[in-house]
Amino acid sequence: MAAESAFVLSLAEQQAVWLSLVVALRSVAFSLPFAVLTAWVLSRGRFWGKTVFDSVVHLPLVLPPVVVGYLLLIGFGVRGPIGHFLYENFGIRLAFTSEGASLATAVMAFPLMVRAIRLALDAVDRGLEDAARTLGAGAIDRFMSITLPLMLPGILAGAVVAFAASLGEFGAVITFASNIPGETQTLPLAIYQAIQTPDGDAMAARLALLSIALALGGLILSEILARRVRAMTGTP
Amino acid sequence: MISVDIAKRLDSFALNVAFEAGGGVTALFGRSGAGKSTIVKAIAGLVRPERGRIQVGEVVLFDAAHGVNVPAERRRAGVVFQDGRLFPHLNVKQNLLYGFARAKGEKAIDAESVIRMLGIEALLERKPATLSGGERQRVAVGRALLAQPRVLLMDEPLASLDVARKGEVLPYLEELNARFAIPIIYVTHDADEVLRLASDVVLLAGGTVAASGTLAAVTGRLDLPVEAEALGLGVILEGRVDSHDAARGLSAIATPLGAFRLPLLAREIGARVAIRVAARDVSIALERPAAISVQNMFDAVVEEVRPSGPHVARLAMRAGEGRLLAELTADAVVRLKLDAGARVVALVKAVALAR
Repeated sequence: MAAESAFVLSLAEQQAVWLSLVVALRSVAFSLPFAVLTAWVLSRGRFWGKTVFDSVVHLPLVLPPVVVGYLLLIGFGVRGPIGHFLYENFGIRLAFTSEGASLATAVMAFPLMVRAIRLALDAVDRGLEDAARTLGAGAIDRFMSITLPLMLPGILAGAVVAFAASLGEFGAVITFASNIPGETQTLPLAIYQAIQTPDGDAMAARLALLSIALALGGLILSEILARRVRAMTGTP
Repeated sequence: MISVDIAKRLDSFALNVAFEAGGGVTALFGRSGAGKSTIVKAIAGLVRPERGRIQVGEVVLFDAAHGVNVPAERRRAGVVFQDGRLFPHLNVKQNLLYGFARAKGEKAIDAESVIRMLGIEALLERKPATLSGGERQRVAVGRALLAQPRVLLMDEPLASLDVARKGEVLPYLEELNARFAIPIIYVTHDADEVLRLASDVVLLAGGTVAASGTLAAVTGRLDLPVEAEALGLGVILEGRVDSHDAARGLSAIATPLGAFRLPLLAREIGARVAIRVAARDVSIALERPAAISVQNMFDAVVEEVRPSGPHVARLAMRAGEGRLLAELTADAVVRLKLDAGARVVALVKAVALAR
């Protein structure tokens, strides 16, 4: 122990970092299309029950994460209606797996992502879409050629926020996916466990520093990307 | 031929208009809030009227009675918006080709001639944010043209430009109709633009058509509609360039009234020109003054005198084979004893006719 440098990560720690990145990336990649769709419906849609839908989307923001994890267990557990269906038909098991950890973080980060994308969508000048219409572009064409490129900075921002939130999600992950090293033990879970363990202080500190580094790196990267996208799309 | 007959309830008033437009430039002229832009949006398919019918050429774009409502993306109505609405994430070339790439069938209007005509060769790689207002509007015109429209709808395309920028775009617009043979509906509240560009005019007030017809007919009546007051009373004379006198800096135009002299025109001999003689620019004398700067004098017979307001009168005269209108003070009418049948000399300053 003493021979090791305080800054070299143990295998378990490397695993936790790697796993966190995988869980968060998969969570963002999976939920992004749904978030764009949801943002679209909330920004442009006019239908009965929109307020209720809006509230449901934002629910994870105000619910205790443990409750979200518990609800996921009920729905997606092997005996839950959706989990049972997935397992019987596709052999997919979500509870207590790293995929399940991604699902839990995706649900928790979803409202943040939708919010950022919706703001960007609201800022897109509808007049430009009208102009595209008069130039012969149908609805899908308009969305792909005008709306989507113009809201790209917002989508990027949403993805970054969701990624950061996914890296940090604790309650929903530990409830739904449990705390299995190498499988579902992401950074915050590993830190929690290190704190609980006698002599785990150094490990907790290292992992905490790593969390900070990851978060900062993510923010800087997103700022650079956002600048590029803004220059490309000519949006302010 | 474009025929529009629509009704639409708006927040502040009800739009209820019917008019026809030919193959030239038809100006929809009226104050802000007269419903001009709504008419353009209805023709383009961006606003749905409650009642009525819109037809362009042989194609019915909207017919409420028969449930016809062609979606905007299939109407082939090119729109030039006041604010240009260029796509900020695309460069000029990509903007120009946006509609062109989506147009179906034979493309009569090619990119090269449009780019050359609008003088935007040097801008192709630029992003809209780096263009001046005038450049932006020229690109917007090109983009609409290249979508191969059946009709070009221009919604106050110069309203957001300052005078210098307007002067930058106007000459291109003047050429447009002649070059591409596409009917143009031109929305504006600027009388100068109407007088420079339009062959026909629809006067709008409070959501209804106050008067419509050729520019000459609408502004050539002594009982000028109040909505046309800003355009001013006047006649439009069709003529041909007869001769140039470079030494004196004058061109002579043969018109039904006789020869008109005006400052040297850059047009070939024999070219058709239309000159508008505003009634305000016509003075009346009882005999030909000997030493006077005025270049154009015509013997005329007064046909009608009609007061317009308490201190101003309007005069219709026959001169040569044509007609001339004048606006005078009521006092002048009394002093010169002007009445129907009076023989007078009508004086028109050459510089008043310069464009």
